[in-house]
Amino acid sequence: MALDDRSKTRDFKVIGTRPVRPDGIDKVTGRAKFGADATAPGMLTGRVLRSPHPHARIRRIDASKAEALPGVKAVVTRADFGEVPEDVFDILDNCMAGEKALYDGHAVAAVAASSPAVAKRAAKLIEVEYEPLPHVTDVDEAMKPEAPALHEGRTEETVPEGMSPNVISRVQFGHGDIEAGLAQADRVVERTYRTAATHQGYIEPHACLASMGPDGQADLWCCTQGHYLVRNTCAAILGMEQGQLRVTASEIGGGFGGKTTVFLEPVALALSRKAGRPVKMVMSRSEVLRASGPTASSSVDVRIGMTKDGRITAGFAELRYQGGAYPGSPVDMGSMSAFAPYDLENVRTVGWDIVTNRPKQAAYRAPGAPMAAFAVESAIDELAKGFGLDPLEVRLKNGADEGTKASYGPTYPAIGLMATLEAAKSHPHWSAPLGKGQGRGVACGFWFNFGGDTCVSLNITPDGTVTVSEGNPDIGGSRASMTMMAAEELGIPYDQVRTIIADTGSLGQNEVTDGSRVTFAVGLATIEAARNAKREMCRRAAMVWGIDEEAVVWEDGAARPSGPNAGEHPPMTLAEIAAIASNTGGPIAGHYEVNAEGAGVSFATHMVDVEVDRDTGATKILRYTVFQDAGKAVHPSYVEGQFQGGAVQGIGWALNEEYIYGDDGVLQNPGFLDYRVPVASDLPMIDTVILEIPNPGHPYGVRGVGETSIVPPLAAIANAVSEAAGVRMTDLPMSPPRILAAIENG
Amino acid sequence: MRYEAPTTVDAAVEFLASQSGDCHMLAGGTDLLVKLRSEMIEPDAILDIKRIEGMKDITAENGGWRIGAAVSGAEMNEHEALCAAWPGVVEAVGLIGSTQIQGRATLAGNLCNGSPAADSVPAMLAADAIVRIAGPGGVRDVPVGEIPEGPGKTSLKANEFIASIFLPERPARSSDAYLRFIPRTEMDIAVVGCGVSLQLDESGKVARARVALGAVGPKVTLVPEAATAIEGSTLDDAAQAALTAACTSAASPIDDKRGTIAFRKHVAGVLGRRAAKIAFERAGGAA
Repeated sequence: MALDDRSKTRDFKVIGTRPVRPDGIDKVTGRAKFGADATAPGMLTGRVLRSPHPHARIRRIDASKAEALPGVKAVVTRADFGEVPEDVFDILDNCMAGEKALYDGHAVAAVAASSPAVAKRAAKLIEVEYEPLPHVTDVDEAMKPEAPALHEGRTEETVPEGMSPNVISRVQFGHGDIEAGLAQADRVVERTYRTAATHQGYIEPHACLASMGPDGQADLWCCTQGHYLVRNTCAAILGMEQGQLRVTASEIGGGFGGKTTVFLEPVALALSRKAGRPVKMVMSRSEVLRASGPTASSSVDVRIGMTKDGRITAGFAELRYQGGAYPGSPVDMGSMSAFAPYDLENVRTVGWDIVTNRPKQAAYRAPGAPMAAFAVESAIDELAKGFGLDPLEVRLKNGADEGTKASYGPTYPAIGLMATLEAAKSHPHWSAPLGKGQGRGVACGFWFNFGGDTCVSLNITPDGTVTVSEGNPDIGGSRASMTMMAAEELGIPYDQVRTIIADTGSLGQNEVTDGSRVTFAVGLATIEAARNAKREMCRRAAMVWGIDEEAVVWEDGAARPSGPNAGEHPPMTLAEIAAIASNTGGPIAGHYEVNAEGAGVSFATHMVDVEVDRDTGATKILRYTVFQDAGKAVHPSYVEGQFQGGAVQGIGWALNEEYIYGDDGVLQNPGFLDYRVPVASDLPMIDTVILEIPNPGHPYGVRGVGETSIVPPLAAIANAVSEAAGVRMTDLPMSPPRILAAIENG
Repeated sequence: MRYEAPTTVDAAVEFLASQSGDCHMLAGGTDLLVKLRSEMIEPDAILDIKRIEGMKDITAENGGWRIGAAVSGAEMNEHEALCAAWPGVVEAVGLIGSTQIQGRATLAGNLCNGSPAADSVPAMLAADAIVRIAGPGGVRDVPVGEIPEGPGKTSLKANEFIASIFLPERPARSSDAYLRFIPRTEMDIAVVGCGVSLQLDESGKVARARVALGAVGPKVTLVPEAATAIEGSTLDDAAQAALTAACTSAASPIDDKRGTIAFRKHVAGVLGRRAAKIAFERAGGAA
């Protein structure tokens, strides 16, 4: 779907304005229905029994005492699930352990009972006989040949023989000759960087309500980023046909990638099937942290060479990510994105996917990229500062542009990296003075963005209003942006359109809300659905006027005769055409179905000032500015919100957030007290600069903006803290004890 | 689970005496409800003391202030005379939780929770607060330092509860301060806490000081060596250094998810120094 020629110069009427969000009133008044708000007659409470061991063979499960407790309607274990297709085996095994419990918090059984109190008592009555096994939670430890092995036979052909079975796969990207490039450098930085596993920290815990009838038809209401994915996954796990399972997405209290898989849903369906009653399940915060999907922890070796005038001669990174107890860490995307902002002759990345006794990772906002950018952008900063060079100039000198062969293969079309760097250079933040104990850091970031299967239905009501049905939960303002794009295309006011999130029975397949795809792909489909509806309305007007449909155009919300033989007819508005639709052939709708391509890669540059208290190691974020290319900002307030949100999550990741495991392999901080996301008082107002370099692949030039903003902050903050503390920080989080120790050790 | 909300101290004592199971006291509930919801406890009974007469009162008494066991942090922070007399105690209470929590959280509850990291306890210990305990034999007054016994443990008997806390009369040229270290700026638990209360003599030297540390041992503790380090000084650099060293030396923390031993010992010294400077300035001292 190419960029409209006229989009480069057109005056948008709705796009680029900031109307009130359509979900706002419901959310601030409490009327909005989130996952835990679903109810059904006869509903039971489901509860999961979780492993207290990080690694244990499950010898025996005896649920007889629980089943005998009055009020208990069903207990399920892995034995209640049959054989499943290979592509959902790990998902099922993560939702309900099979032979082994693989991490602290792994589900081993579940109960459905008449009340939460009974469910709680019943869960305690389920007897599980464990054989505890040695465990490993650290990524580097897990790679050692002598490390306790989680699985056997899962290693892929890319892994050399003799490595631990915990090493699942190896990927490699790049071009040129690293050693030759390094030989041209005046200086080479070689360091190892580490990041802790972090959680998306969405406010709303996972919740669902499942109801399966004796006829095999089932309904599921849940909080998810993709109810079509939930449908397909659950149907495969439960041996159902997809059409028999209807899934409705609730409002969603954040996801950030963490709700792109299933945890409770198959279990709730299995319980409902067994009990013959609807079953509701809601995770506690502790369950969310122990048993949903945080992102990977990482250990990354970097070697980068630079000439004294700031040219990068070679870049190499070896990335090791642990993605929890199952294969699939985002090391591939980390390896692809590590050097993506740069135009390099010699570049190579090698990535290793490792399993450990931790919860199976799920996507987290630009999965895999922030850790890679942390390592590479830290090393570039160290080189630039070592030569006394301006870190922005160094990035401008080496930055990727249209025509650059990317480190991961493709050649870039028009991209916005240079625009973000130029904007950063000319921004007052860059020249503002710094005080004692303060430091300033910059870093760049890249994200691929994605399109994917998308299906939109746009309906014209008899009174001339418009409803849009999309199949992606509104997680970042998609109801507002779809409404805006439909209104723009149809030439009608914003408040004449309402967009809803349709259930899985109402539309064709829709890819999960990931890859910052929705505003791009669903937006594109919405525009095309509106164009199809306009063509139909023009046809109806032509019929009324008795002229050829080719002689009718759509302008400013009305069909108008056009061309030499069209004749004189007053325009027919959308409402006028709608009013007589029944007499001109019936209801009017526009549809569009596509596997959207051309998402358009995205770049950002972040700039941050910090102050480090040298007595306590505490870091204060003083000032923060995000520069990012949005292609075209549909609703700028939402775009700014995405920029700010990514920066804030990055601040948490950089300074305080981490999964802390004890020697016993048990998660020590499963709550928001000791898993420290930033609070409002920790933050300055995050300033934003939206750049608009149109995406050639979207009619209005839109690019996804949701993920790129979390890629640069880890490095930008580390660069600022390193300057303020006078010592290079290479391990995240840069918690006060770690900074203080680094200062004391010089 | 039984819920009881008596209106007199005697009725509350009687109810406690009648309980053989696990009975928990409810004032603000900001610790109790968290423990209930996270399934840390399953009480047989809950005794709500908020409706007992006097529990919500801040009363002037013998030049000092008596604070009922159900008085919230927000109420204390809005009481001008109390803030003027004991700014350190009030600011310590004010650090607990969020604005919403402040509407409920109490000084007595913070003490009864038995956490070594309780914010108000080092401040109360520095202030030499007296705790009034109600029980089967009537009421008895004990120094606040005698209440904590270890993490989650207090010297209160199962048939007793705290009715009020008394902050004594504030002498001339005296003040107090409390500082804590947390990795965030709010909504957190002290990694180290330090309360300092001091009185100056007419020449502006520290005549008497009390320094208490939290979160660096099994219970909040007084550090007499830290007080000695600044008594007789105008809090000059040497006195500050001695105070810092005394606090670092007195701290006996553990390594845990919130901080290392070395970090906590170091920060105990830093906070001792910083809190003493604030209290000194509030008391009218000039360096």
